[in-house]
Amino acid sequence: MELALWEIIMKKTTLIEELGVADYPQGFVTDIAADTIPPGLDENIIRTISSKKNEPDFLLSWRLAAFRHWQTLQEPSWSSVRYPAIDYQSLVYYSAPKSNKKGPASLDEVDPELLRAYEKLGVPLEEQKLLSGVAVDAVFDSVSVATTMRDQLAQHGVIFCPFSEAVAKYPELVEKYLGSVVPYRDNYFAALNASVFSDGSFCYVPKGVHCPMELSTYFRINAANTGQFERTLIIAEAGSSVSYLEGCSAPRRDENQLHAAVVELVAMEDAQIKYSTVQNWYPGDSQGKGGIYNFVTKRGECRGARSKISWTQVETGSAITWKYPSVILRGDNSTGSFHSVAVTRNFQQADTGTKMIHLGRNTSSTILSKGISAGHGHNAYRGLVRVAGKADGARNHTQCDSLLIGSQCRAHTYPYIEVKNPTAQVEHEATTSKISEDQLFYCRQRGLDPEDAISMIVNGFCQDVFQELPMEFAVEAHKLLSLSLEGSVG
Amino acid sequence: MLNINNLHAQVDDKDILKGINLNIAPGEVHVVMGPNGSGKSTLANLLAGRDGYTVSQGEVIYKGKDLLTIPTEERAWAGIFLAFQYPVEIPGVSNLQLLKAALNAKRRNNNLKELDAFEFLEMVRSKIDSVGMSEELLQRAVNVGFSGGEKKRNEILQMTILEPDLVILDETDSGLDIDALRIVGRSIEAMRDSQRAFLIVTHYQRMLDSIKPDYIHVLSDGYIVKTGGSELALELEERGYSWLGKGEAA
Ligand SMILES: Nc1ncnc2c1ncn2[C@@H]1O[C@H](COP(=O)(O)OP(=O)(O)OP(=O)(O)O)[C@@H](O)[C@H]1O
Ligand SMILES: [Mg+2]
Repeated sequence: MELALWEIIMKKTTLIEELGVADYPQGFVTDIAADTIPPGLDENIIRTISSKKNEPDFLLSWRLAAFRHWQTLQEPSWSSVRYPAIDYQSLVYYSAPKSNKKGPASLDEVDPELLRAYEKLGVPLEEQKLLSGVAVDAVFDSVSVATTMRDQLAQHGVIFCPFSEAVAKYPELVEKYLGSVVPYRDNYFAALNASVFSDGSFCYVPKGVHCPMELSTYFRINAANTGQFERTLIIAEAGSSVSYLEGCSAPRRDENQLHAAVVELVAMEDAQIKYSTVQNWYPGDSQGKGGIYNFVTKRGECRGARSKISWTQVETGSAITWKYPSVILRGDNSTGSFHSVAVTRNFQQADTGTKMIHLGRNTSSTILSKGISAGHGHNAYRGLVRVAGKADGARNHTQCDSLLIGSQCRAHTYPYIEVKNPTAQVEHEATTSKISEDQLFYCRQRGLDPEDAISMIVNGFCQDVFQELPMEFAVEAHKLLSLSLEGSVG
Repeated sequence: MLNINNLHAQVDDKDILKGINLNIAPGEVHVVMGPNGSGKSTLANLLAGRDGYTVSQGEVIYKGKDLLTIPTEERAWAGIFLAFQYPVEIPGVSNLQLLKAALNAKRRNNNLKELDAFEFLEMVRSKIDSVGMSEELLQRAVNVGFSGGEKKRNEILQMTILEPDLVILDETDSGLDIDALRIVGRSIEAMRDSQRAFLIVTHYQRMLDSIKPDYIHVLSDGYIVKTGGSELALELEERGYSWLGKGEAA
C-alpha cells in the first residue's frame, strides 16, 4: 500500500500544477442539440418519459404509484441543511442529446462532441484511450450515452448496461429487484426519483463470478434548469464480487440544480459489493451562488449470510449534500462499512452519514467519517446504528472526526444509536480538531508553502478513508481535495 | 552568513530577547547554552520564521538579505533548517511523503530538477543507516507514536536529506540514549564543511564531545551574557550559570 500511496502523492503534485488555480475545471458547458421536454411535473410528464423509453406496463404503473405517493408527502425538514423552497413545477425532468436518440449502439456512433466532453473530464470513452481495467457507463443529463468494455464483461456473464437497456432486455431482473431495497415509499426524494427517473446504470454479477474489472459510471449534468434523477441497481449473486465507482460533475451555473438519485445494492450469500463515490458536483461560487442540490438515497442490503457491502465516499462538490449510504445487514455474519470524507467550504452544506441496520446474527459494521469544514462551510455527520432484537452478537464501531479550517465554519455530529439486543457491542468515538499552528509551522519550515502544507495535512487526516478507494479514484480524491481547499488558508 | 544585530523580540508584550548580537560565518559552529526560559528556543524559532513574535528593534541579515521579511518556507528554500525541540506529529502523512515534498519544494525553488519517487527513495535509503533509522519509520506517519529519541533522529534525517546551509538544532541531544547521541553527533560532524554553519542549542557538554564548537554563547534572560571557546562548556558544566550574573552588565 505504502508505495502506491507514494505514487498517488507524486501524481497529485503534478496534477495540481497542471490544473493551476482553476478551482472547478469541470465547470464547462457542452453545446449540443437536446431533446428536452417542457418543464413541469404531472402524470402526463411521467407517461411521456416512460413512453420515450418504451417501458413495459409494470414500470409505468410503478412510476405512477410512486408519483401519487409523492404528492401526499412533505419535503423533509429534519436535516441541518437550509435552502429556499424548490419549485418542482419549474424543473425539466427529461433532457437527452438528440444524437443519442436510439441509445448507445456502439462507440463509433457516439456523437464526437460527447466524446470530447468526457475526454475533457478525464474519462476517455474511445477504445484505445480507455483506462485499463475500468468499464465506464457515461450518463449525460437524462440518458446513458456510452458503455465501454461490454463484450469483455459479457464473456464473464456480467451485465453492465444503461438502466433503460436493462428494462428492455432483462425486465424480469428489473422487476424483481427494483425498489426492493429503496421502496418508493422510503422518503420524499426516493418517491420523486421513482416517478421520474430517466437512466442510470444496471449491473448484474452472476453466481460465483468475480467481476474482472472495476465498473464505473460517470454522471454529467449539462442542460440548464434540468434535474438529474438517475437510478442505479447492482445485484451480486451468491459468491460473486464487484467493485463499482461513481464520479460526477456539472457546469458552473448561477442557478441551483437538483440531483435526486437512488442507488440500490443487493448482495446475496457470500457476495461482496464495494461501492465508491467521488462526488464533485458544482459546489456554487465563493458567495454561495449556484451549485447542485444533491439529495440522494443510497442503500445496500446484505441479503445473504456472510455477504459484505462497503460504501466509500469522497464528497467535495454540491452546494448541498443530503445523503446517507446505508446497509441493511439481514444475512447472518454479514458486514457493512461506510468510509466517508466530506468537505465543505465557502457556503457549502453537507448533512451526510449512514445507517447500519443490524437484523441478522453476528453482523458487524464499521463507520469512519471525516468531515472537513472551511470558509463558511457547514458539515454535519448524521448516523444511525440500529440493532434489532434478534441480532445476537452484533457489533458496530463508529469513528467521527471533524477538522475545522478557519473560524467561520461549523461541524456537528448527530449519532443515533438504537439497541434492542443486550449482546450488541456498539462503540462511538468523535473528535474535533483544527490544523495546529505547530503543524503548519513545521511543514513550512521544511519548505512547503501554506497551501501545500494544508493540503498535505488534510490529506493525511483523510488517509484512512482514501486507502479504501480503488487506485484511480484515490488519485482523483487527493487532487480534488487539494483543489477544493485552495484559497482556504488564512 | 548570519548577522543578528541588537535583536529585541516580544511575545504578548513580554520581552523575551533583549538585544541579541551574534555573527555566524560559513563553516562555523556556534553553541547556545543557558537556563530554562532564557529565550533559546525563541531565538531559534524566530530565525526559522515562526509566527507570533514581535520584533521591536534590531535586524537579522541572512546571506545579505533582511531575513525577518522573508516568509517561512522561503527561508527553508534559502537553506535554513530548524531541528525542533518538540518535533510535531502529522497523522496520516508518511515521513517519506513529507520529506519528498520538502526536498522537491526546495529543489524546485532553487531551479533544480525535482527527484522522482525512485531517485528519492534511493537517496533516502542511502542515508537512513547513517542516522540509525529503520525503513519502517519512513513509512509511518510523521512523528506519530515515535519515541522521544526516534523523533530527534527523524529531525537529523531530515537535515541530512535537505542539506541546509544554516542548521539550527534546538536541544536535539535531549532525550537521546548514549548510542543515539553518538549517532547524532556523528551525523552533524559529517555534515560539517566550510560552507555550512551550525547554531546548536544544548544544555549538555556531552554533545560537544563529538562536535567541537568554535564558539559557545550563554543566553540568560534574553541577553547573551558570555561568549567563549569550547572550553567554556566544561566550565559551565562545573559551575552552572549563576556566576555569570545577569543581563546588560555583561
Ligand atoms: N508563545 C508564548 N507565549 C508566552 N510566553 C512565551 C511564548 N513563547 C515563549 N514564551 C516565554 O518566553 C520565555 C523563553 O522561552 P524559550 O522557549 O525561548 O526558552 P528556552 O531558553 O528555550 O528554554 P528551555 O531550555 O526550557 O527550552 C519563557 O519564559 C517562555 O515562557
Ligand atoms: Mg527551548
